[in-house]
This record gives sequence, structure tokens and C-alpha cells, in this order.
Amino acid sequence: MKGHYRNHPLWFAFLLHRLSGLGLALFLPAHFYVLGMAIRSPEALDGFLHWTDMPIVKIAEFGLVFLLAVHFFGGLRLLALEFLPWPAPHKTLAAGAVAGAFLVSGVFFLNAV
Amino acid sequence: MLDLRLYLAQRLSAMVMVPFVFVHLGVMIYAIQGGLSASEILGRTQGSLFWFLFYGMFVVASSLHAAIGLRVIVHEVTGLRGLLLAALTWGGFVVFFFLGARAVTAVTMI
Amino acid sequence: MTLSNSDTNLEVSVWRTRNGTGLYETFEVPAHDNQTILDVVSWIQQNADPTLTYRFACRVGMCGSCAMMVNGAPRWTCRTHVNKVLKHNRLKIAPLRNLPVIKDLVTDMDPFFDKWVSAGGRHEPTRTRHDPIEEIQPANEQRAAADAGIECINCSVCYAACDTVANNADYLGPAALQRAWTIVNDEKHGDRQDVLDTVSAAGGCQNCHSMGNCTALCPNGLDPLSAIAGLKRATMRQFFKRGN
Repeated sequence: MKGHYRNHPLWFAFLLHRLSGLGLALFLPAHFYVLGMAIRSPEALDGFLHWTDMPIVKIAEFGLVFLLAVHFFGGLRLLALEFLPWPAPHKTLAAGAVAGAFLVSGVFFLNAV
Repeated sequence: MLDLRLYLAQRLSAMVMVPFVFVHLGVMIYAIQGGLSASEILGRTQGSLFWFLFYGMFVVASSLHAAIGLRVIVHEVTGLRGLLLAALTWGGFVVFFFLGARAVTAVTMI
Repeated sequence: MTLSNSDTNLEVSVWRTRNGTGLYETFEVPAHDNQTILDVVSWIQQNADPTLTYRFACRVGMCGSCAMMVNGAPRWTCRTHVNKVLKHNRLKIAPLRNLPVIKDLVTDMDPFFDKWVSAGGRHEPTRTRHDPIEEIQPANEQRAAADAGIECINCSVCYAACDTVANNADYLGPAALQRAWTIVNDEKHGDRQDVLDTVSAAGGCQNCHSMGNCTALCPNGLDPLSAIAGLKRATMRQFFKRGN
């Protein structure tokens, strides 16, 4: 897409931040609900956690950790851009946020399998 | 759609969550080793004032942050505004906060 | 290849308004080594279809009236070389995004200028003509911040490039907010507080998502993204100082 106005790193960083934020907001109620199972009985929670041993769920977990990490690093980048008075190398920081998120979620995944 | 107050709430809740998310990512990587079990989680958290305060503040900040974030997305995608948008923002906050508070009490108390 | 003769043609699709909506009409335009988008549009109007409506004035990047969407991105057409944006020998030219279209390639820029004014873009003097001239140090930090945005030519390229403007009708947009940041840093402006209040209301600088299309596309190399970040800092500082 030569010349298209969205074809630059900061726009992709914006898109990633929005999609990861939306994903996390939708996941949050489910996450809270499952942990709330412990209020009835630890067995109910265990029943659910047993299900999380499936390989497909491990991959989904990798995705969730990636969403959290990329929203975390992307958010730090935004806070730096907005609140630190010196001009930051924005594109490098945006790339670094994605790299950091892959590192964190990759380590999580290797520990999970 | 954001004014100064909502913007500040969004940025301050983000700053508050920086240490929380950092620790949360670390705990996840540590706890996932060897699989998850209710006894392992509850053994770590139950009766602990530290984890109660940690997850309690995390829930408050993330509920606020998620509700305001959804408000922005809903406004920009659907054009919803005014009272309905405000109701959606605060309704979202209440749902997040209620479910979150229930989860925190479940894993730290009793 | 010489300037006057050309073996190849460009395939140029141009947006034409028809019965309240519109469609792309394609023209064959002779290609030249040195040719701007405005040259191409003018060639069509002069040689192919005299009813094509477009807007330009200075032709040298001063007046800010000739901006259009070129192959998907807003550009100042008078200083955009065809070779810079040509794809497979094709050009697609449309009126600026985020503004109402009057006819063909001409948009109604009123919303853009209205927001410029409502963001506090009009100068309020601190002294009258009878007072001595206030001395401003060109090197001081505030003046440098004001200077950074002063070369804006109101072409609306940033406004057309901004997705937040597209999705949030109240948002003032990059140009108006950069102007506000210039005014806030102008020691000769009489009501800088009022500008900070205006840009922190609904539709103000807090709606910016720092996607940076404005800074990436500004034909004059200005940086509205950083100007808006400056406003976010200034309005926040003021909030904590005043407590409201």
C-alpha cells in the first residue's frame, strides 16, 4: 500500500493497542467469573482448570498473555509520549513494545507446555 | 469521547496498574509451571492481606480503565453519545467491578 | 523522454459528483518526467473535460488550497510529484476525506476552519498600538514551541488523514489543536487560559490516540502529534494546580 496514510508504525501501534485493549476488556468478565467459582467450591474451579490443560487452551492462554503484555508495553510507550517532555524515538519504542510482548508471552508459553 | 476528567482517570488508572501488571505477568509465568490447580492458587492467596489489597486495587483500576476504554471504542464505532454513552460507561464499570470484587473475595477470603 | 513529448499515458481515475453521489471517471493523461498531481488535474480540466471542478491558487505550496486524496492518502497536489505516488502507472484522485464534498474534487472546508477558530485560534492582543512593543527572546523555550507550528498553511491534509476525526465528529483535529498549542506558547496572546479550557472540553486534545497520521503526512514537516501531547501535559498540569 505505497503512500497509504495508515502505512506507518505509529498507526499499527494504535491499532494493536485498541484491539488488545478490546480483547482484554471482553476477557476480563470471564476471568473474574472463573476465579469467583472458588467462592462456591474449589472443586468447581479445579473442574475448570482441568479443562485448561488442553493444548488448544494453552495456545489461547499464550494469546491472552500476549494481549496483556502488548497493551502493557504499548501503554508505557503512550505514557512516555504524552507525559515525558523530550521527543522520544516513537517508532523504535513501538517496535520494542511488540518485541517485549512476544518475549513475555513466549516465556509464559514455554513454561506452560 | 473523552474530556479532561475521563482522560485523567484513564491515564491515572493506567499508571496505578503498571506495577500490578508487571507482578501479574511474573506470577503467571511462575504459577503456570506444572499446570494450575485451585489448591495451589488458593494456598497462595487465601487469608493474605497483601494479595487482597493487591488484587483489590488492581480490580478497581482495571474496571475503571476498561469501562472508559470501551466508552471510547463504542463512541467512535457507533456514534453513541450523551446519557446512553454515560450509562454504558458506568454500567460497564459496575459489571467489571462487581465480578472483580467477587473474584477477589473468593480467592483471598474465607 | 522530453518535457513536451510523451510516449506513455497515465491512467487517472478522478472522483466526479453525479446526482448527489459520485463515481470515478478515468482519463488518459500524457506522462512527463517532471509533473505534479496538480499538473495532471489541470491537464484533464484543460484538455479533456472543462467541467471538472478543483481548487488551487498559488501552485507553490503556500496557500493550502489544493489538497486532495491521491492514491489513498491526502497530499498537497501542487508539490506532490507524480513519481512519488504513482502505482502501476495509475493515479486515483478524490476530494479530501472528513469534509463535505461540494463538487468533484472541491470540499467545503468550513468545518475545518470553524474548528480552528473554536479551538481558540484567533489572536487576542495584550497591548494596543500605543504601547511599546513587547520584547520576545527568539531562543526561549516557549517561543521555540510556538515557532514549531507556525508554518501551518491550513491545507487540511492532517485533518483528512486523522482516523479520530473520521470517527468522532466533535474532535477538533490536529491542525486546530496545533494552532492552540502555538497560541498557548505565545507570550503576546492575551487569553491563554481560555485556550487551555477550550481544548480540554469534550472534543478536545484528550481525544487524540497518538496514531500520528498527521505528523506522517504534514506536507510542511510539522508535528501536530507532539503539539497535542504538549496540550495534554499543559491541561493536566493546570488541572492539578487549580483542582478542577
